[in-house]
Amino acid sequence: MSAAREMTSARSRRHRAFIAAACAGTVLAMTGLAFASVPLYKLFCEATGLGGTTRKAAASAGQVLDQMVNVRFDSNVAPGAGLRFRPLQGQMSVRLGESGLAFYEVTNTGDAPQTFVASYNVAPHLAGSFFVKLECFCFRDQILQPGETLKLPVVFYVDPAMAEDIQGKHLSEITLSYTFFRAPENQG
Amino acid sequence: MATEIQGGHSAHYATETGHGDGDSDAGHGTPRWYNPARWLFSTNHKDIGTMYLVFAIVAGLIGGALSGLIRWELAQPGLQVFNDQTSLWGIVFGNAHNYNVAVTAHGLIMIFFMVMPALIGGFGNWFVPLQIGAPDMAFPRMNNISFWLLPASLGLLILSMFVPGQGSDNGFGGGWTAYAPLSTTGHNGPAMDLAILSLHIAGISSILGAINFITTIFNMRAPGMTLHNMPLFAWSVLVTAFLLLLALPVFAGALTMLLTDRNFGTHFFSPDGGGDPVLYQHLFWFFGHPEVYILILPGFGIISNIVSTFSRKPIFGYLGMAYAMVAIGLIGFIVWAHHMYTAGLSLNLRAYFVAATMIIAVPTGIKIFSWIATMWGGSIDFKVPMLWAIGFIFLFTVGGVTGVVLSNASVDTRLHDTYYVVAHFHYVLSLGAVFAIFAGFYYWFEKIWGVKYNGVLGGLHFWITFIGVNIVFFPQHFLGLQGFQRRVPDFADAYAHWNRISSIGYVITALGTVVFLILLLESAVRRRKAAANPWGDGATTFEWTLSSPPPFHQFSELPRIDADRAH
Repeated sequence: MSAAREMTSARSRRHRAFIAAACAGTVLAMTGLAFASVPLYKLFCEATGLGGTTRKAAASAGQVLDQMVNVRFDSNVAPGAGLRFRPLQGQMSVRLGESGLAFYEVTNTGDAPQTFVASYNVAPHLAGSFFVKLECFCFRDQILQPGETLKLPVVFYVDPAMAEDIQGKHLSEITLSYTFFRAPENQG
Repeated sequence: MATEIQGGHSAHYATETGHGDGDSDAGHGTPRWYNPARWLFSTNHKDIGTMYLVFAIVAGLIGGALSGLIRWELAQPGLQVFNDQTSLWGIVFGNAHNYNVAVTAHGLIMIFFMVMPALIGGFGNWFVPLQIGAPDMAFPRMNNISFWLLPASLGLLILSMFVPGQGSDNGFGGGWTAYAPLSTTGHNGPAMDLAILSLHIAGISSILGAINFITTIFNMRAPGMTLHNMPLFAWSVLVTAFLLLLALPVFAGALTMLLTDRNFGTHFFSPDGGGDPVLYQHLFWFFGHPEVYILILPGFGIISNIVSTFSRKPIFGYLGMAYAMVAIGLIGFIVWAHHMYTAGLSLNLRAYFVAATMIIAVPTGIKIFSWIATMWGGSIDFKVPMLWAIGFIFLFTVGGVTGVVLSNASVDTRLHDTYYVVAHFHYVLSLGAVFAIFAGFYYWFEKIWGVKYNGVLGGLHFWITFIGVNIVFFPQHFLGLQGFQRRVPDFADAYAHWNRISSIGYVITALGTVVFLILLLESAVRRRKAAANPWGDGATTFEWTLSSPPPFHQFSELPRIDADRAH
């Protein structure tokens, strides 16, 4: 068994431990990456408009073009949310860069006060990176008393850069869609 | 007794093997086979490999029986089996939900408990140390843990089929992909939690195994064996181990998020709490795509060994073959979203994933053509392993071609979730990987068990299986092109014809499995003593220099390899 003993000599054993440790480190790093992907994915969606993720801005667009785009409004309610939710206008035409103001109406049909939260995107998805919200009810939770009705505003503009974009310039219509959920109870 | 490797150094092997032979027979250091401690506490790579192989055969029979239920249900329109009435031996099969439970369990069992244990745990454990001239694996005790986690894992998965999944229906029926929200809010019972736990344990087992293989291959090669003259099977296991190391932790992370979403109120994948269910699909397929290469790469290595052996030629383009596997492994990590063409990717993303996916055809083509070039002009011996190997090359190429078809985002939009996809991945996995497993099984049968098998039965097994699986899966291309959906137990009459033929193919394949079991029985009863090297000059790797079965501990005197030796 001389060779076997030779194989487990101190140097070889250190080498072995080093490789195993490097492998274990790789496993830990990849596990970390899996969890890091949650915020990274969010950032990526916001940066690229993936899946119709819209943008947020504090100030309106610098320029207004003559080109018009038709914005449609869509509303959805998650099953069992206990809510009535509808847009107050079916669609509106805005110029590229012009700020638009639209309203939705939401009613708590349940018999208890409830917090609601909306998720949102635009279709087609490639419009996500050009659709900019200045103010939106979806930025925060909405608390409604039983039977209470709220008129919820959204202020937006469509980025004039869309007219220059190789795919965006063909868009004449964008649908803004919201889905209201009952906010999870344990959310901070 | 000792077979010369490639001329020039036979004397060295003769002493080496002779010494080993003397040790192996009389039980000097070899516990009796019926001693449970030999298996429970085993640290011997060959014993552990044998346990993996037996485990894979058992799991394969369970998974195969589940696919029998699927084909029985789909044999004709209407609900034959999963109608809350049909029963077999007193067991009622349940409803359409249970059909999907059977589909899910079939997939998971075949992937995690049949193909992976057979190729990586079984053949990997047996032949990586032998082929690189190592006395054992680097961490023999960890090897024991790797194996014994698997039966526990399989037990949990089978248990999950019999506890409530959705409402009062038993089992998890969301497919092996377990997409959220069907796997979170869609299945409120404990079945999904048991499945998650099962997959976690199987994942830990595979990660430990991967660390063991990487360390063994990097640290314990015999003197003179460099990475660039290492047998291709060892190469394939090395690449596979890296894929496991990089892909499985991501899957474990995604599963943990599912678990906390289900039980601890997190919202990784639920939009009401700011999560996104599509993120689960990204995480799953970042693991899932490398996983399908994990399933097939060791098979590539086995086929390379076999084609070279039975053509009596070194493999054509050895380095190209090795680095083609490395390339397939690397590209495998950057193509995952081609499983998600219908999940709302932008045009540019789809264009990228189409192009990246198609590029995989290049290294894969290198492998296919190198196998053909190895056979070209060789003195081909159509022994049983070679039949399976050529069957593999044919079936894998068919599956590869439909894969290129599906890589087109626009075509895939039409074919997504149809039986065309089912036919595609069964041609590369059920037929490709399984044919590679059987090729390896017959190639190394005498080496592992120390007895010969009946070649006529082996040939019969091959031909019945080859005809059977083609009748099962080829018509599924037609069904898919006609729009027949996956994971639905009932169908319109228009699909009846090819579904019936597909189910007839299952019966033929099952007959082939019976021949396989008879072959095992025959060889176990007659126990004809195996030769150290039954394959002659073509078999050049180290395992053929040892007796069959090899001594309990081999290479106490390390073999040496000439620097110019190549496979």
